[in-house]
Amino acid sequence: MNPWNHDVAKDEKDLVDVQVDGVWMQMPRGLNVVEVAHRAQKFIPHYCYHPKLSVVGNCRMCLFEMGTPKMGPDRKPVLGADGKPEIAWMPRPQIGCATNITPGMGIRTDSALVKDCRNGVMEFLLINHPLDCPICDQAGECKLQEYSVEYGTGASRFVENKVKKPKNVDLGERIVLDDERCILCSRCIRFSSEVMKDDVLGFVNRGSHSTLTAYPGKSFDNAYSLNTADICPVGALTSKDFRFQMRVWFLKETKSLCASCGTGCNVTIGSREGKVHRLTPRENEAVNSQWMCDFGRLNFHYLESKDRLHRPLLRAAGEQFPGTWADAIQRSVDGLKKVKPEEIAVVASSRLTLEELFVLKRLLAELGVNRVDTVPNPGQADNFLRSGDGNPNSRGTELLGLSSGGRKLGSWGTEIESGKIKALFVLGGEDLIASGLPASTLAKLDLLIASGILTNETTRLAHVVLPGAAFAEKTGSMVNVHGRLQRMTRAIAAPGEAREEWTILRDLRMALTGGNSFHSVEDVWKSMAAEVSQLSGLNWARIGDLGIQIESVAQAAGVKAG
Amino acid sequence: MSIPLHAGTENCVGPEKGEITPAFEKQSDELVSRYPVSKRSAVLPLLHLWQETFGYIGPRGVEWIAKKLSLQEIQVLELVTFYPWFRQKPYGKFHFRVCRTLPCALGGAGKTFAALQKLMNLKSDGHEGAMVSEDGRFSLEYSECLASCGTAPVVLRNDEFYEKVDEKRASDLVTGCR
Ligand code: SF4
Ligand code: SF4
Ligand code: FES
Repeated sequence: MNPWNHDVAKDEKDLVDVQVDGVWMQMPRGLNVVEVAHRAQKFIPHYCYHPKLSVVGNCRMCLFEMGTPKMGPDRKPVLGADGKPEIAWMPRPQIGCATNITPGMGIRTDSALVKDCRNGVMEFLLINHPLDCPICDQAGECKLQEYSVEYGTGASRFVENKVKKPKNVDLGERIVLDDERCILCSRCIRFSSEVMKDDVLGFVNRGSHSTLTAYPGKSFDNAYSLNTADICPVGALTSKDFRFQMRVWFLKETKSLCASCGTGCNVTIGSREGKVHRLTPRENEAVNSQWMCDFGRLNFHYLESKDRLHRPLLRAAGEQFPGTWADAIQRSVDGLKKVKPEEIAVVASSRLTLEELFVLKRLLAELGVNRVDTVPNPGQADNFLRSGDGNPNSRGTELLGLSSGGRKLGSWGTEIESGKIKALFVLGGEDLIASGLPASTLAKLDLLIASGILTNETTRLAHVVLPGAAFAEKTGSMVNVHGRLQRMTRAIAAPGEAREEWTILRDLRMALTGGNSFHSVEDVWKSMAAEVSQLSGLNWARIGDLGIQIESVAQAAGVKAG
Repeated sequence: MSIPLHAGTENCVGPEKGEITPAFEKQSDELVSRYPVSKRSAVLPLLHLWQETFGYIGPRGVEWIAKKLSLQEIQVLELVTFYPWFRQKPYGKFHFRVCRTLPCALGGAGKTFAALQKLMNLKSDGHEGAMVSEDGRFSLEYSECLASCGTAPVVLRNDEFYEKVDEKRASDLVTGCR
């Protein structure tokens, strides 16, 4: 639990009267002035203040004019003509980040004095700044740029030499530091020390020579280091993965989820012209606050892997050849019709969305197939966000009754060998060979259908390969390990002829059983909400951008353990 | 038992060589015990003790103190680099500080500094911080106000204070070193 959370009021109902830019209003006790201004639809610019970190008050950008109620000789507030307390304004400005509101406080965020202060602070901050915006990755989302435009003068009076500092400093595996751009706000230091408990960053030297550095010989590469590049208000800390790749104003932003573990951190996908350039955390206090792990953040390059499956593949004469979707569906249908339902086994996947899984569930029910399970994917849990479940939607497969946590799967090898299982449908790119089934066993199948994103040992053996879509390429929902239902939205199209799995399953179902009730995600939701008790009353829109808790955290944990 | 406190470097044996004696351990523990609420507060006294004992505060000192106080090394290094009194490399046996704050600067501190530099045969490497003679006998740096503006320019030689140090006096100070 974050001990700071300055943007969260202790008690939303415990209100005090404050005056913001001449208007009296009520705000929760204990909030600081930056947050109060924000709630009053005003904005107090700030650099060092971050709602999830301790307050240090070192940048002075948040100066505001403060007043307290004028007291009469009777020690009672003097009331003005409007019946409201009169305010005595202090001659000197105060910092908003370190000032909590008190009853009757007056706050001016746009007076002449305040504007003058901001202008002055901006001038100081820019004195030694290298002004290398044209080659800086932060340009376009840089607070120094934004506040310069908004609150600065636009021209420099500084004719002396600027202080030179280290540039292109390799801080660790994933982060590069440009000390000349650093405005010494210490957010990165506080994140490392307060959130990560990994103190390697600090300021050395003094005055205009103050320099951010990692302790010599140590590197800054904890599992969450890239969050500092997000909270750095300027372009001092940049991600090696993203730097010099794309100007941020070209990026299309799509609200989605990270699918690299069971936590399902909320993310914003930044993409342009069909290419994902970065993932950044999207605030959700119920899941990941404003953070995400470096592993999940960088785990999208496989979207462009050369092993990507782009077209349906059909096996003939011992080799796989590209074919059309119609051929691939037909071949699957023919193969599945040749065997009895009890001779079919299906590997559902906890990487698929609820919608995809539900279409699959329908199809299996209509066919009378009972043999279905998922492949567990244990990951490395840490004590922060990363979950021990490497699959993003294990709770979803359990909810729909498509998983026995891999327990059923165990006997399938022998059942294939003995001829009990003749057809196997593997979804979501699961690789059964990697999880221990010998290739010689899979070779005994009459029919092996595999859908997935990347070529693997299992797809290589398949009679039919159905190329699917990755997380950034599809719309759907998932249930995280804590029982929270969340939405992901397609940012880019799947490459080549690859398609979202729910449409593959829809077409397969239509051809196999004639079922054609699902034409959209909304249709899927209507049936799903009616059938699955935990989802009753819900629909796509109601899930919202921040998701919805459908099981208590304890419940979700209990089901997992049980 | 206790180690004499003085600002000079005569006793310097060099931190990489110097032994951490039981007496040193004991004295540091005593300093730490003065801050029962937060032992982090003992970091400055320990830095002084280390420098007085070993002459300068290198990585070994930073790491030893960090360990003693359960701090991270960077938290100690921040302080070492913040205060000009602390040094990260060995200085000469005789260390000179020439004040360069305005009254001394107007009083001729620049000339005094240049004279000392010539007498000690020191070459500037263009960086801030002290210059050290090749034989390790002398070192020289500028300092900020030494609180004797009325008798500018002023100089500290180790922890002895000298007033009105013109070029002539500077030469006496250097020859007086033994
Ligand atoms: S690197 Fe960025 S976050 Fe860190 S102190 Fe400098 S400006 Fe602040
Ligand atoms: S903790 Fe899990 S969901 Fe969150 S960013 Fe990391 S891998 Fe993705
Ligand atoms: S935001 Fe208040 S001083 Fe930096």
